[in-house]
Amino acid sequence: MEASGKTTTAEPNAGPLLIGTSGDSLREAFGKALVQLAPKYSNFVVFDADIAGGTGVHHFRKAYPHRFFQFGIAEQNMMAAAGGFASTGVIPFVTTFAVFCLRAQEQARLSIAYARRNVKIVASHPGLDTGPDGASAQATEDLAAFRAIPGMVVLSPADPLEIEQATEAILNYDGPVYMRSGRSKTRRILGADYRFEIGKGRILREGSDVTIIACGVQVARALDAADLLAVDGISARVVNMSTIKPLDREMVVQCAEETGCFVTAEDHNIHGGLGSAVAEVVVQNRPCPIEMIGVRDTFGESGEPDELAEKYGLTGSYIAAAARRAMGRKART
Amino acid sequence: MQSQQTDFSKFEDLSKRLRIGSLVAIYHAGSGHPGGALSAADLMSYISGRLLAWPTSNGNALTRDRFVLSKGHACPVLYAAAAESGIIPHRMLLTFRKLGSPLQGHPHVLDAPWVETSTGSLGQGFSAAIGMALGLRYQHSKARVYAMLGDGELQEGEVWEGAMCAGHYKLDNLCVVVDHNKLQSDDSNENIMGVEPLRAKWEAFRWHVIEIDGHDFQQINAAFTEAKKISVKPTVIIANTVKGRGVSFMEGSPLWHGSVKLRDEELVTALSELGVSERLVGGYLDGSIWQDDNR
Repeated sequence: MEASGKTTTAEPNAGPLLIGTSGDSLREAFGKALVQLAPKYSNFVVFDADIAGGTGVHHFRKAYPHRFFQFGIAEQNMMAAAGGFASTGVIPFVTTFAVFCLRAQEQARLSIAYARRNVKIVASHPGLDTGPDGASAQATEDLAAFRAIPGMVVLSPADPLEIEQATEAILNYDGPVYMRSGRSKTRRILGADYRFEIGKGRILREGSDVTIIACGVQVARALDAADLLAVDGISARVVNMSTIKPLDREMVVQCAEETGCFVTAEDHNIHGGLGSAVAEVVVQNRPCPIEMIGVRDTFGESGEPDELAEKYGLTGSYIAAAARRAMGRKART
Repeated sequence: MQSQQTDFSKFEDLSKRLRIGSLVAIYHAGSGHPGGALSAADLMSYISGRLLAWPTSNGNALTRDRFVLSKGHACPVLYAAAAESGIIPHRMLLTFRKLGSPLQGHPHVLDAPWVETSTGSLGQGFSAAIGMALGLRYQHSKARVYAMLGDGELQEGEVWEGAMCAGHYKLDNLCVVVDHNKLQSDDSNENIMGVEPLRAKWEAFRWHVIEIDGHDFQQINAAFTEAKKISVKPTVIIANTVKGRGVSFMEGSPLWHGSVKLRDEELVTALSELGVSERLVGGYLDGSIWQDDNR
């Protein structure tokens, strides 16, 4: 085995970003992207439930107060009202924490998805990345809950550049979308030539021994894992699967054929999220070993994101160990 | 007074047809919610006969008044109103709740684009109506939004989130009518979870409140007319009604909330009480009465 992986990700200071939010959290990048997009797209408004400073949309509130709607701490009404608002021909971005999207999941189901309203739900504070607020605020079930809603597109971008592009992409997509942003300052991992597309995975690093499929904050950790594996001569492919639904089946099958085993990595319960979505495609098309990195069906706790990632087994070293296990199982089959 | 009463005779005739249509649809479906459809029939008659501009494919979304049936389980009365308005053929009522029918057990906007939105999970239609009212006002539309809620529905917390929101935003383009028939699925509101005092609750949430007899067209007309004149507040019309109104054995009984199967003899009795002549009853029982309706 040879470490043939050549990274296609950006060097820390390479190239200008589309909007220029290097070093931001995903939520900040999202909030600033809304401001950037507002003049070009006059057809959207922003809904908030008293948490604009947390979701990043305070930037938009300041710049476009007449396009900003405060719903108070009442997410169920906000979610269903978004469905009604959209029926008048204007696109609402519904913004709150991911856990409160779970609270209003049935409103998203009936009043948005079932009626196929053009509403964009953008959820900050997903997963253990939420950190010191503790388990009550750490949504590790949202990808599963929203993936199960028929017709709902589910996204989890990996860095500020990608969420900027995704914000514009979902504005141009006619239908309901659930998108995770993120709380922590995020490493910039994508180059200026990166192009987000709904429904497309992107190979960030080529490899032939194992494919690591990740989303959100786990993409950076997957790249860490590939570096660790390369030291031992293992060639790990890294895929940024920022669209969890509809999943890029062709890419998953292609990776199964070319590398023969997988690790999935998500800041989410291992039940029902990205790992499950990948497994559904793999077992039905090209069965091969899969190891899943994620929160192992437990609740989180207070702590800094990196501390939590270490304690709950989400870091690059855990992903690398999982890759070795997957490769070992491949060898036996 | 005599002349005014004559003015409303067309609504009285219409509400009788809505009751007949509702019950026949439920009879042929083998299930459905008759009690809340009948209590709402007079309100629906006025709304569909005077207020409602049905959403059709060429309907201008921004100039059209809208109506949301938030108590979605009462949809037979909405479907019957669509048939009476010529939006759907009457014979479609015979497909209610059946496989492949546009007339789902609770209204669905993709199957029946002439309803305003999908409802059936209580509280959500109200919030959707608030969203519509906000969206219309945001786009400087003068159109109004109407919504009908059940009284049991008021037990949903989302309703009070919405009530607070509409009051806060002074949504005077929004008018809600509560079909206050005092009964819900299992028992009376009061025995399940008391909702009174309704007037004080809505007033506390900064709404203009009107209380009426929901079976009296003089009062229904006066209330909706008054609501149009109210500014800087949304209006709620608390319409006191009788569950199962118009059919003696259904009146005031939670047993007919639904979802219930209507037997042959029960439909015959009900139709007779609603003034259907004996020679026409068979046509409703076998559905043949609407077979020539090719609208």
